[in-house]
Amino acid sequence: MQRYLIRRLLLLLPTLLLASILIFAIIALAPGDPARMMLGANATPEEVAVERTRLGLDEPIFVRYGIWLTDVGKLNLGVSQSNRRSVSSLIGDALPNTLRLAFISLTISILIGFPMGMVAATNANRRVDAIVTGFNSLGLAIPSFWFGLLLILFFSVQLKWLPASGIGEPNRPLYERLNYLIMPVATIVLSNMSVFSRYVRSAMIDVLSTDYVRTARAKGLSESVVVARHALRNALIPVITIVGIQFGRLLGGAVVTESIFAYPGIGRLVINSIANRDYPVVQATLMLVVLIFLITNIIVDASYAYLDPRVKLERAR
Amino acid sequence: MIERPPAPTTQAAGGAASPVSPGQIEAIVAPPAAAGTLKRLTRNRKGVVGLTFLAILLLVAGVGRFVVPFDPNEVHVAAQLAPPSTTYWLGTDVLGRDVFSRIITAAWPAVQAGVLAVTLAGLIGSLTGLAAGYFGGWIDACIGRVWDTLLAFPAIFLAIGIVSVLGPGQFSGVLAIAIINMPVSSRLVRAVTVGARNADYVEAARALGCSDWRVMTAHILPNCIAPLIVQMAIAAPDAILVEATLSFLGLGAPLPAPTWGNMLGEAQSYLARSWSYALMPGLAITLTVIGLNYFADALQDALDPRRIRAGSGNA
Repeated sequence: MQRYLIRRLLLLLPTLLLASILIFAIIALAPGDPARMMLGANATPEEVAVERTRLGLDEPIFVRYGIWLTDVGKLNLGVSQSNRRSVSSLIGDALPNTLRLAFISLTISILIGFPMGMVAATNANRRVDAIVTGFNSLGLAIPSFWFGLLLILFFSVQLKWLPASGIGEPNRPLYERLNYLIMPVATIVLSNMSVFSRYVRSAMIDVLSTDYVRTARAKGLSESVVVARHALRNALIPVITIVGIQFGRLLGGAVVTESIFAYPGIGRLVINSIANRDYPVVQATLMLVVLIFLITNIIVDASYAYLDPRVKLERAR
Repeated sequence: MIERPPAPTTQAAGGAASPVSPGQIEAIVAPPAAAGTLKRLTRNRKGVVGLTFLAILLLVAGVGRFVVPFDPNEVHVAAQLAPPSTTYWLGTDVLGRDVFSRIITAAWPAVQAGVLAVTLAGLIGSLTGLAAGYFGGWIDACIGRVWDTLLAFPAIFLAIGIVSVLGPGQFSGVLAIAIINMPVSSRLVRAVTVGARNADYVEAARALGCSDWRVMTAHILPNCIAPLIVQMAIAAPDAILVEATLSFLGLGAPLPAPTWGNMLGEAQSYLARSWSYALMPGLAITLTVIGLNYFADALQDALDPRRIRAGSGNA
């Protein structure tokens, strides 16, 4: 296990390096001059030229990439070009919000999606199953930005129950601001619980047709014991992967949800910085998102092997 | 087991013990692949529903924009954000443009984006997957590493990044969606290719002096077609969803042209004044995605040899 983890972490480096090149290239190739964006439309060409030199934009692209990579290696993420705050403090502000949203949404999605999938699987091809399956396809087909708008339309505009955007006064305790979280969480839960429910259902159906489940039934065990003690544990192993992947995705910021509800998380930070051509922020945040995503994948793979002794990581690779 | 072709009506009337007609033998010996798939599709309810959805969507996308009641960009100053009425079936937007006409007109760019993106991803995916699987070694390693890197990004970030380089627009959206779909197609084709690389018929083709290119395209590629088509059918509704997301975020086709995504983006600012404007375009997206998912599901059943052999089709 240890050898496997070290190996995976080392393999992370080339992928991160390629990702950093890709991110840097995307930003270097993007149209628009950051110096001009900063100074506004009234700046003279001389002023723009001075600003370009100050930002180091006159250097060749390879030199700029080298400087940036060295800085990132030293954990010096630079300063935002639009509001002069350090990039690490911007990320430091946004990350807890994204983490909170991701944890709450994921927990609720699991609490709803898993039982739905199990009920559907144990009643496969009956009416309950058809209802759950239909609900799942609906949950996966409804675009999250539309669902979010409908929630705002109903709960904020019509009923005036919930605030439409933001996270409230940052100084107030969290439990007083929970109402700001309800709609963003619901938006994410809708699609995630459908994903989970669908995977739990198919994993459970697979397991319920195995020999050892038939043996357990033949022993005369009640159906609930068979499901709870024999089937469920094995069915959940493949589902762990999906949970991990979804979590990694959410940690990178639920871009769409965050922009609908003006929720100040990582995803919104990226979108706003792209719009403002605030490249230091875009670069650093995207690198962070990729890193989180890759590390979650490793953790998922490792936990997979831990939960299922049949998976031998060292030998398989 | 070979599928029995539909008996001609005259034959069906001819009695139970009638011998097989020459026409039937021909059909059994060489069942036309597409017709066989179509028949299997229409045999179960899921397939019929999926095909119907697809037909309606294609019809609306193909001819809808020529028969809509209003020009989608025609401004009606007197009727801004009007509720649905007999004149404006689904109401109007903030400039007084007819929402129904705009939704119908937007079906074409949506279908176009889905089909183009998935086809492009399939093409590049096949070429790279074939090369990776057939040659192996460093070619395989390099191609694999590129896909690993792309998969390290959450798809929507990658799409947004690519679009912001190329500038917002339909073409860059399609390209971005194609790129995020390439790793999956490529890996699929690679897996099939690795399986077929050392098969006897491939060895035989090589022994007969076929070039690598010919072995790959004429002997290995046909094996990849069925799984690739299923994968493309699964990816298409997703592609339409991503395109809508990009246009919602203001990164899609430039503004006067209607897309479902940019209509919703606009509707967000006027939620307090019009409920129908925010409702309808989203309904169009949802129906399209559900219908296409249904179709993809049914197509998978129809093309999966294991399910065909099992003879059920309505699993």
